Amino acid sequence: MSPAPTGLRSVPWIVSSLLAAPVAVGLAGVILPAFGYLPALGGEAFTLDPFRDLAVQSGLLGSSLLSLATGLITTLVSVMAVALFLAAYAGSRPVRIARRALGPLLAIPHAAAAFGLAFLIAPSGLLVRLAAGPLGLERPPDLLIVGDPFGLAMMAGLIAKEVPFLLLVAFAAMPQADPERRTMLARSLGYGRMAAFLFTVWPAVYRQIRLPVLAVVAFASSVVDVALILGPSVPPTLAVRLLEWMGDPDLSKRFLASAGALLQLAVTAAALIVWIWLERAGGAIRERLANHGRRLSRDGALRAGASLPVVLAGLSLVLGLFMLVLWSFSGFWSFPDPLPPSLSLSTWTRALPRVEDPLVTTALVAALSGLIALGAVILMLETHRQATPRMAGSRPVLPALIAGLLYLPLIVPQIAFVFGLQILVVASGAEPSLWLLVAVHLVFVAPYVALALVGPWFALEPRYEVVAASLGHGRLDALLRVRVPLLLAPILTSFAIGFAVSVGQYLPTVLIGAGRLTTITTEAVALASGGNRRVIGVYALLQTIIPALVFLVASLLPGLAFRSRRGMEGA
Amino acid sequence: MRPYSPRERGLRLADVAIRLDGRTLIEIDRLIAPGDVLTVMGPSGSGKSTLFALIAGFLDPAFASEGRVFLDGEAIDEKRPERRSVGLLFQDALLFPHMSVGANLLFALKRDARGQAARRERAGAMLARVGLEGLFDRDPATLSGGQAARVALARTLLAEPRALLLDEPFSRLDAPLRTAMRELVFGLVRERAIPALLVTHDREDAEAAGGPLVELVPRRS
Repeated sequence: MSPAPTGLRSVPWIVSSLLAAPVAVGLAGVILPAFGYLPALGGEAFTLDPFRDLAVQSGLLGSSLLSLATGLITTLVSVMAVALFLAAYAGSRPVRIARRALGPLLAIPHAAAAFGLAFLIAPSGLLVRLAAGPLGLERPPDLLIVGDPFGLAMMAGLIAKEVPFLLLVAFAAMPQADPERRTMLARSLGYGRMAAFLFTVWPAVYRQIRLPVLAVVAFASSVVDVALILGPSVPPTLAVRLLEWMGDPDLSKRFLASAGALLQLAVTAAALIVWIWLERAGGAIRERLANHGRRLSRDGALRAGASLPVVLAGLSLVLGLFMLVLWSFSGFWSFPDPLPPSLSLSTWTRALPRVEDPLVTTALVAALSGLIALGAVILMLETHRQATPRMAGSRPVLPALIAGLLYLPLIVPQIAFVFGLQILVVASGAEPSLWLLVAVHLVFVAPYVALALVGPWFALEPRYEVVAASLGHGRLDALLRVRVPLLLAPILTSFAIGFAVSVGQYLPTVLIGAGRLTTITTEAVALASGGNRRVIGVYALLQTIIPALVFLVASLLPGLAFRSRRGMEGA
Repeated sequence: MRPYSPRERGLRLADVAIRLDGRTLIEIDRLIAPGDVLTVMGPSGSGKSTLFALIAGFLDPAFASEGRVFLDGEAIDEKRPERRSVGLLFQDALLFPHMSVGANLLFALKRDARGQAARRERAGAMLARVGLEGLFDRDPATLSGGQAARVALARTLLAEPRALLLDEPFSRLDAPLRTAMRELVFGLVRERAIPALLVTHDREDAEAAGGPLVELVPRRS
């Protein structure tokens, strides 16, 4: 009876399609050259030559298998770590502590976390230095710990970063799974604490975090920056080899790189398919155990160990950060001193003038892409909410297809389609510009902003706006004066997450910035091969400090804005 | 459809019916005169809240509705919710937690009251009318349940509604508070000659309202 806002209905589709369009365009940009067609580089006819070139590259199978295994093992360990931790401690203190620590840990970019881990576990890293005294070591042992051929260090670095991310999305999904009452019920039936959670709560949580989990599979199977810092070099992962070909001065290598990008697409697709198979197998095992009525009530020992993976991930991030700080301020620091004998500011004073431009670019691109993403996501969520009014009690949900479009850039490997975008940019003769960089970052920032905001946005008590309307306020007025202030905390948090995602972007910045636009992240990763730990410490810290400051402001601002409103606490 | 006069005062529900999947939830045809309270009673699931949503303009499109809603002779069922001049009171006070008590009231006050001092005076007078003088700058989270309910009432009336919908507004209050709040609400409804529709499952509410009573029976088709 009230005028149906039919025009609103199409807005979420338009926004999500615009955000997914670069994936399709970028893929077209690698498919054509992969089959030899790229007139700008002299490829006039369709041919299978790029694939023949690709097939004869040495160690190609090894690189592909390494990428596949990295995607699967990283995700499996991370998901199991999160599941065990929540099963053992849901509703108790360790979980509350983890929740508090999560924000700052999420602000650490992948590259900085990888450098930190390298400084910990390398043969001349902190752990070996601490062991050097008792073992009587004079020199760093000749071990290939960082860059090991199986990529274990690389996987460890990825796990340390993915565990906090999956914890974040799992925490957001928990309330809908009704954990307190379900575990209470299951325990009253005689199930152990962990079994109660894993049988009755975890399946509902996992269903909700499935998209982020699949994004982790795709990301880990195609990551570049962490692989450059911690990964093996003979042969490196497929994505690292692709990047070498993409940046080769011999432009004809672009055809080979395009064919390789399609191989990467296939490897990631294979990883996703195996993962979905693993999901089914895991579900079947859980169902069998539950059907057999195994109570698994003696879980004390397992419970004690269940926090270990999460604690290790957190510790490696925190200690890694500490090592970055130490190195950046250290004077001469030789093996096996566990601490630098002298501290100095000289690395900072020498590095800072040089990083001014990259820092400005980093902050500008992150702020712009974060703000635009926030606007687009709010537009999408709010038009969807208004187009589908619901009775109190049932929350709106994003249609699966819109969610699929929105999260597509996280499921398709970056390196496959951003390279295609770069080819198109080059072919069209456009110059690398700040706005181009913002546009590419936006593709990856928007899904994370949406991921962070969709829950709170749809969970807000809808009757507040009903009241506002009954008091004569229109939709826009109610949005700006009621909804946005009430949701200020989650809005700022999702902006901070978007900002941090942009700061951490390595590959899109390298490919689209084409060396003329550099950020602190591209500069930091470029130092990886040089091995100057003091300078790396400065760059990786700067890379962490910028998003951390934004997180800090985002967490303090709502409290300041509503300092005399008790009803806004914890909002 | 019944004939009606464009100068008719009050809230008329003209042959209103709400259906879901072919099942009729509600059929009602009534005029609520200014100052009168029509009580609609029924168990949960009988569709009380859908009637409420229909009049206020928030009916879920999953429901099919027929008939028309007239307020002072003017059809309001095609209007946007914010243009209907229908005030709402829920069982929760729903005071905006990010605003002070006074800001909640000023948010409701119409634009025709101009000037900061004049607006504040109008809002303060309404606050005094519900017996809460001096609470203008308070944080809503520090109010007692009874105080919050009164502020919600003051806020609703400041928007000068031409009809009032009451969705179990007393059910969260303790017995003594409930009696006082009933007297205040129904007294103000009469004083300001506003037609009101009360949805409740408490028979005492209906008796205190003193108006006609419609009982809903969940039907099966």
